[in-house]
Amino acid sequence: MGDHHHGPAKGLSRWLFTTNHKDIGTMYLWFSFAMFLLGGTFAMIIRAELFQPGMQLVEPAFFNQMTTLHGLVMVFGAIMPSFVGLANWLIPMMIGAPDMALPRLNNWSFWILPPAFLLLASTLFMEGGAPAAGWTFYAPLSTTYAGPSVTIFIFCIHILGVSSIMGSINIIATVMNMRAPGMSYMKMPLFVWTWLITAFLLVAVMPVLAGAVTMMLMDVHFGTSFFSAAGGGDPVLFQHIFWFFGHPEVYIIILPAFGVVSQIIPAFSRKPLFGYDSMVYATAAIAFLSFIVWAHHMYTVGMPVAGELFFMYATMLIAVPTGVKVFNWITTMWRGALTFETPMLFCIGFLVLFTIGGFTGLMLSIAPADFQYHDSYFVVAHFHYVMVAGAVFSMTAAVYFWLPKWCGKMYNETMGKTHFWISFIAFNVTFFPQHFVGLAGMPRRIPDYSLQFADFNMMSSIGAFVYGASQLLFLYNVIATIVAGKPVSDDKVWDGAEGLEWTVATPAPYHTFEVPPKIDPAHAHF
Amino acid sequence: MFSGLELENYSMSLNTFKRLLAFAAGVLVTLPGLALAAGGEKNALNMPVGVTDVGRSIFDLHMIILWICVAIGALVFGVMFYSIIYHRKSRGVKPAQFHESTKVEIAWTVVPFLILITMAVPATSTLLDIYDFDDADMDVLVTGYQWKWKYEYLAEDGESVAFFSNLSTPQAEIYNTDGKNENYLLEVDEPLVIPVDTKVRFLVTANDVIHSWWVPELAVKKDAIPGFINETWTRANEIGTYRGQCAELCGKDHGFMPIVVEVVSKEDYAAWLGEKQEQAAKVKELMAQTFSLEELMARGKAVYERNCLACHGARGEGGVGTAIAGSPIATGELGGHLEIGINGVAGTAMQAFGGQLNDVDLAAVITYQRNAFGNNMGDLVQPIDVFNYKQG
Amino acid sequence: MLRVSRNPAVDTALKLVATAVLMFSFVFVVMVPLYNVLCDALGINGKTSGQAYTAAPAGIDESREITVQFIARNNDGMPWAFNPGDRMLRVHPGAATSTVFHARNPLPKAMVAQAIPSVSPSRAAEYFHKTECFCFNQQPLDGASTAEMPLQFIVDRDLPRDIKTITLSYTLFDVTDMASDAVAAR
Repeated sequence: MGDHHHGPAKGLSRWLFTTNHKDIGTMYLWFSFAMFLLGGTFAMIIRAELFQPGMQLVEPAFFNQMTTLHGLVMVFGAIMPSFVGLANWLIPMMIGAPDMALPRLNNWSFWILPPAFLLLASTLFMEGGAPAAGWTFYAPLSTTYAGPSVTIFIFCIHILGVSSIMGSINIIATVMNMRAPGMSYMKMPLFVWTWLITAFLLVAVMPVLAGAVTMMLMDVHFGTSFFSAAGGGDPVLFQHIFWFFGHPEVYIIILPAFGVVSQIIPAFSRKPLFGYDSMVYATAAIAFLSFIVWAHHMYTVGMPVAGELFFMYATMLIAVPTGVKVFNWITTMWRGALTFETPMLFCIGFLVLFTIGGFTGLMLSIAPADFQYHDSYFVVAHFHYVMVAGAVFSMTAAVYFWLPKWCGKMYNETMGKTHFWISFIAFNVTFFPQHFVGLAGMPRRIPDYSLQFADFNMMSSIGAFVYGASQLLFLYNVIATIVAGKPVSDDKVWDGAEGLEWTVATPAPYHTFEVPPKIDPAHAHF
Repeated sequence: MFSGLELENYSMSLNTFKRLLAFAAGVLVTLPGLALAAGGEKNALNMPVGVTDVGRSIFDLHMIILWICVAIGALVFGVMFYSIIYHRKSRGVKPAQFHESTKVEIAWTVVPFLILITMAVPATSTLLDIYDFDDADMDVLVTGYQWKWKYEYLAEDGESVAFFSNLSTPQAEIYNTDGKNENYLLEVDEPLVIPVDTKVRFLVTANDVIHSWWVPELAVKKDAIPGFINETWTRANEIGTYRGQCAELCGKDHGFMPIVVEVVSKEDYAAWLGEKQEQAAKVKELMAQTFSLEELMARGKAVYERNCLACHGARGEGGVGTAIAGSPIATGELGGHLEIGINGVAGTAMQAFGGQLNDVDLAAVITYQRNAFGNNMGDLVQPIDVFNYKQG
Repeated sequence: MLRVSRNPAVDTALKLVATAVLMFSFVFVVMVPLYNVLCDALGINGKTSGQAYTAAPAGIDESREITVQFIARNNDGMPWAFNPGDRMLRVHPGAATSTVFHARNPLPKAMVAQAIPSVSPSRAAEYFHKTECFCFNQQPLDGASTAEMPLQFIVDRDLPRDIKTITLSYTLFDVTDMASDAVAAR
């Protein structure tokens, strides 16, 4: 037992060799925030070019590199690792485990990420530039017609795929084997549940993405023709494989966000989560449906009508479990005793905006209407409502919610609320007008546009600059809290918060639950 | 339980809230109306209804679903905001502790499912309409190129009509040295012309990467996939000019390959087609002719600006493509220049123009490149030279 | 239960690694072949069978006539001249019909081409049978020479009655670099 009681090592080696779930969680969170700023910078360049009609700042080829890197960095560098970081910090504490089940694997899964993204960013300085075929990198634009950076890009995708799979294996192994005695599956906090399901999705589909990029590699370098008609292949096959990964991927991003919201709303409603069981079933249903709806991204590739109908009906069905979740959250608030601290504000923001994103998602599922929406700014607006207002807002809520537990200090509430209101307003100013220009016929991924879209694009750009700047306020608030925040001493930072993580000391000690906690059998769930 | 002051504050906030709701509802009601009035115009808010029956049913479908969503949203957000206002801790409420109700949960699983069925019915019938490709009156082969469209009218016999449709917006407008005209980026040198009230079948394919042919007002969007043929169709009910763009990222100039469709009366269409066929016959004649340097230079300049300038620069200074001014190819042996112009350079953005330009235009543009931008080769390329080179 | 390690978490992890490996191979051994089978069965992308149709003829349906359009086009970087001998033919279902495509290689070097067929409407693909086609094989052609490439086909009698026009498109790809030496030597 001896060496279990030492504190963290000193200096750089603490971070390089750490196997502590809290250290690794912290590194994931900071890394993802750095990537969020990097991807955000790309977004600022995109919006600056789109501020006015005409080409002002960048060339079209570079613009395409920006949209591509923005998507890749945000999805794989910012959102996914941030939730892995959250999982690292919280899952052991929530299920009463001393650490993750495979701590050394945990260290590796983090430390292969930064080199992968460094390599990806370095392609910007390569001859021919960074990958420019969009984050969906459809063949043959990404194979036969791609620059030399495609090989490095494929290598990066492989590395971050391995990282995600290792992280997921660790999470599943932890949840399945390390729960405190008495913590049955149906007692686990919903955040743990959503992550367990997410991790299974990741293990199932990250290898599919790896397969797709491996085929690209073979097409580019070894003369195969998976995605080229010349040798009997088919470019559309790439899209099928990509979206077989890609649709589950968007739920990989949003399910942990559902988990976070399901923890925070009850805390500030001072009332248990409504419909815990149905939340679990709805999550599982969404995960299952995610495997049979991929071709709704491809309504215009020329599928047989039977295929279109199948994917349309299956996609529409997703509205049912998603609706159940939204209704449950609102019913949780119903007749609670609500207060509106920053985490709750972000969750309410999530609830409103994610629901709007859900509605536009339902509209997009209707195949004939999608013939007009597809690849327009309407789609851009839709997925930013679910990715930013969905995933990023809930992640922000999570940071404000658990930060006092992590560092034992309280953030500045006024600054937090200011951050929320600026974010919320700026987000809508950015993305709501994009519905309009999309419906009116503006395609996505274009560096310049015709005059009728000018006003809304300017509005969108202004919103984006403000939204981007407001994230610096967030960064400042977090650093100021860690450095000089008002100390918190209550174990239970929020009076309505439930769960084992609130039973340990504040700030959370380096090692927690070395002796499994006693679970009250009367407790329905956490 | 409340002091007078609190009550007053509270009713004030409720009034503000009501006013906000009324305003939001007002905006929501007027928006689609505005959009109808402004279809295709500046700052349009909604999808254009378009000029086809299919477009009309897609628009109706879109509006039905939008309104269903708005209604559900109003209900859900209404309940949420009610809760936010009335169930605040600051009002001293004691939180209830209920946390499940099988009846309610079943209800809000079943009801949305029923709503979905009501949406699926019109969606299915519209989709089946769109998939009815048969009995077209005419066929047009649409081919996506990096970064232009080619239209080919498929007819049983007669002079075949086929042409490329390039962006015609001048670089000066794109790079802000000149004012932008009202059809900025949505104008082409040669639009697709189709007759009104006629079922036109489009066979859509691509030459290089995937493109997507989208004209919102014709309610047509179909991916163009290299090696394979997709099909779609339209029947325009109104004469007019309809503009669209490539909808699938296809590389550098994805944003610069617009689509313009002129829907004209059947008589005008017949006249136009006759003229095109005559022109095609004339090009054949021209191919046998010999031109002077001036004639070739004038024609070559126009061809250059349409096909070469985007990559090679207005002064032949290069850009994406290599510089033409002083280039070893344009100032070298003629055979090498013909080879690159006709067959392109594999694996680069330099396309094979042999299949895109007629021999007269090829001869002109090659002559132009060899004698402009300070390249004073002084040699002439005649259409027959191009023809002979193509023959091998 | 299979136990490999004393640590149950390691056991779980190994099973998951196996799952991941399985999913990776699933892409290659299931998704790709399955897609090709589905394409053939459903005519996705208007793909037609790459093999000659050999079933016995079932008689000619004189009661209707189908218009068959032919399109010949080159993919990016393919310099051959490539044209259909007939732009359009009217055929009875069940009748074997022949046509040719003309190809000319203008370059001084020998090249190999592969023609990729695509039928529109795609649901007609399974009713369009080719008894002989230049698209079954890669086609070599010496420099500066021409070839007549034959096609013989039968439109199935069971073709849905609402389909009146079938378009057959061939896209010619330059496969000289990837062609086997055997083909180039032919």
